Amino acid sequence: MKNHVSTLGLVLFGIYLLLYLGFVLLTAFWPDSMQFKVYGEVNLAVFYGFGLILVAFVLAIIYGIFGKTDEKPADAESMGGDGEEGP
Amino acid sequence: MIYEPSVIAVFVFFVFVGITLGLSFYLGRRAKSSQGYFAAHGQIHWAVNGIAFAGDYLSAASFLGICGMIAFYGYDGFLYSIGYLAGWIVALFVIAEPMKRLGKFTFADALNANYGSRGIKLVAGISTLVVSIFYLIPQMVGAGVLIQPLLGFPHWLGVVIVGAVVITIVVTAGMVSTTYVQFLKGSLLIVFSLVLTVLILGRGFGTKELPWDNQQVGNLTFPLQLDLQPEAAQQWAAFQAAMQWQTIESGGVEFSRATDPLTGRQYYFRILGSGYGDRSNTVELTQWVTRTPDGLVSVNGLPLGMDEGQAVLSPVGRVHDVGDSRESTGPLGPISFFDEFSRTQVELWRKVVHREPDGSVTDIYFREIKPGSQVLTPGEHPRFKGIRSENPLDKLNFLSLMLALFCGTASLPHILIRYYTVPSEIAARKSTIVGIGTIGFFYILTLYMGIGAMTSGALDVTDSNMAAPLLAQSFGEWLFAIISAIAFTTVLGTVSGLIIASSGAVAHDLVQSFAKDELGDFYQVRLAKIASIVVGVIAIVLGILFKELNVSYLVGWAFSVAASANLPSLVMLLFWKGTTRTGIIVAVTVGMVSSLAWILLSADTFTKVYGLPADSALVPFSQPGIVTIPLGFLTLIVVSLFTQKRPEEA
Repeated sequence: MKNHVSTLGLVLFGIYLLLYLGFVLLTAFWPDSMQFKVYGEVNLAVFYGFGLILVAFVLAIIYGIFGKTDEKPADAESMGGDGEEGP
Repeated sequence: MIYEPSVIAVFVFFVFVGITLGLSFYLGRRAKSSQGYFAAHGQIHWAVNGIAFAGDYLSAASFLGICGMIAFYGYDGFLYSIGYLAGWIVALFVIAEPMKRLGKFTFADALNANYGSRGIKLVAGISTLVVSIFYLIPQMVGAGVLIQPLLGFPHWLGVVIVGAVVITIVVTAGMVSTTYVQFLKGSLLIVFSLVLTVLILGRGFGTKELPWDNQQVGNLTFPLQLDLQPEAAQQWAAFQAAMQWQTIESGGVEFSRATDPLTGRQYYFRILGSGYGDRSNTVELTQWVTRTPDGLVSVNGLPLGMDEGQAVLSPVGRVHDVGDSRESTGPLGPISFFDEFSRTQVELWRKVVHREPDGSVTDIYFREIKPGSQVLTPGEHPRFKGIRSENPLDKLNFLSLMLALFCGTASLPHILIRYYTVPSEIAARKSTIVGIGTIGFFYILTLYMGIGAMTSGALDVTDSNMAAPLLAQSFGEWLFAIISAIAFTTVLGTVSGLIIASSGAVAHDLVQSFAKDELGDFYQVRLAKIASIVVGVIAIVLGILFKELNVSYLVGWAFSVAASANLPSLVMLLFWKGTTRTGIIVAVTVGMVSSLAWILLSADTFTKVYGLPADSALVPFSQPGIVTIPLGFLTLIVVSLFTQKRPEEA
């Protein structure tokens, strides 16, 4: 059985996993660190939380642009075309 | 509180239902084959599918539950937003494309792609049903709970309407109509959440008068500042002398209960000494609801009602002090919103329960004032208190929950089947990217909406689920109507996805794991439609039966069970050639049974479901994920190693 998952996907997954793990461990074991003021009075909890959501989207876009797929280019049609729902 | 049902809300809701049903009947003629019924012919455009992911995934728990939790406890509700979104990373990078490549209609198809095993079909079908039913119950109960304040109908009618509409949607055109309902709901939810957020930023933070500020008892007006109101202080002394007093301690907070010896009417006060900042030496009247054993309900010492001599609870939730001696901040930007909020002092209302020997129960609600900066850090909610405690087991509970949220999303059957509705793997990938963008955007808005509700002056202390609709109401009746209708449509979208996933599990997996031959296309669709009706009716019945229970925790169960039962097999199948048929069957079973058993023996279930004390629970913490997800992986590896050499018979 061949490996179904792309290397780029796994690298990006690893990056996100570390960021998520960092957030969860900081929150659990060093909760005071979340009160650290990053910008004005806005604390790390808000920035890290928003960051996790934004980074997820950025990584997803990177994967969408650079991720390889071993499909035939015929499927490229579905990239930009109009709705093609139903026969 | 007593809600005035809004005619506009009923109108907007029925317009939504009308459009939804019209769409279903219009699309109905397209879904005659099983390919059409289960997978919308695999012809949904990726962008539509991406938004439909949002419509499928963002349940009432996400919209109402998270907003409510943030409105009452601050940042802790947002932890769910983070965890629910992070799970999509697993879906995108690991599961999406193989799922599309390996499977056909159901999640069991993908697991079974290389094995052709009846056993895998059976266990995967059962796990789909278990997870989907756990997910369904809170959605249905939620529909009933919502419909009363929002539209003015009784609970059972809400459940029946949702059930009937969803059954119609699913039976007419299966996945085709389900997809478009979810697309519609996803779009509406995002657009109107954005509208709400823009209005919240425009309003900024300001102190405001609330009815609670002028609570009259005799000729006294509470809150009473003894230092600043010398005349009132004298009257207070006279009031004290005329009443009978009792000190009530509940949940670590002290209350003073006054009973009028003439009328028998009772009042619950908090008498604050020094050390309460600008509230030092203040007497505050709490709000309380008493239920007697014979079913009488009184509010603040009077019968519940809107008429003379009756009372309802006052709306609450506001900034106590904007900071820098200002009355209001004026309009704010997306970052300065949090900057300014961190400088404020906010009023949060807390509840304690006081039980009398005669069986009557009083819920006492009182205000606490906390710095905004503290409200924006994790650990305020009782469930997350463990973060700030020294006990490592409490921290494990938090880690376990965050793990289950991360692993659960990509294991939810009703999400996974959406990968079959697109034409190709690349479309599966793109629709996941659109999904992450849409869902992530919504989750970012939850923090604005939650904080906006917290400071809206419109909160109902008894019902955090109403935070988002009441926030909308503070901006106007039309917005309330639209948000209420969307909240209700939210239930429709998610329930349709769950019913179609369950009907697929019955018709495509369970029945076929027993049938001698592959069922014909026509019979499979017919069977699936019958299964949809049956599951829909069961959901209606459960939604009515569980009426009195707070069932939102069942969504948490669904995530834990899905992650423990499904994820190990899905992942190992992709990464380890040694995975065997028996390994998958045993791993799904062990993951499902162990996570379920752990949940049923946990302190959370003991207190909320059985009504037993928390310390009699048999497992050390409530969230199973951190134990049962690794257990699923371990089981799969060990069993696969033992069954390695056997020839694989189907």
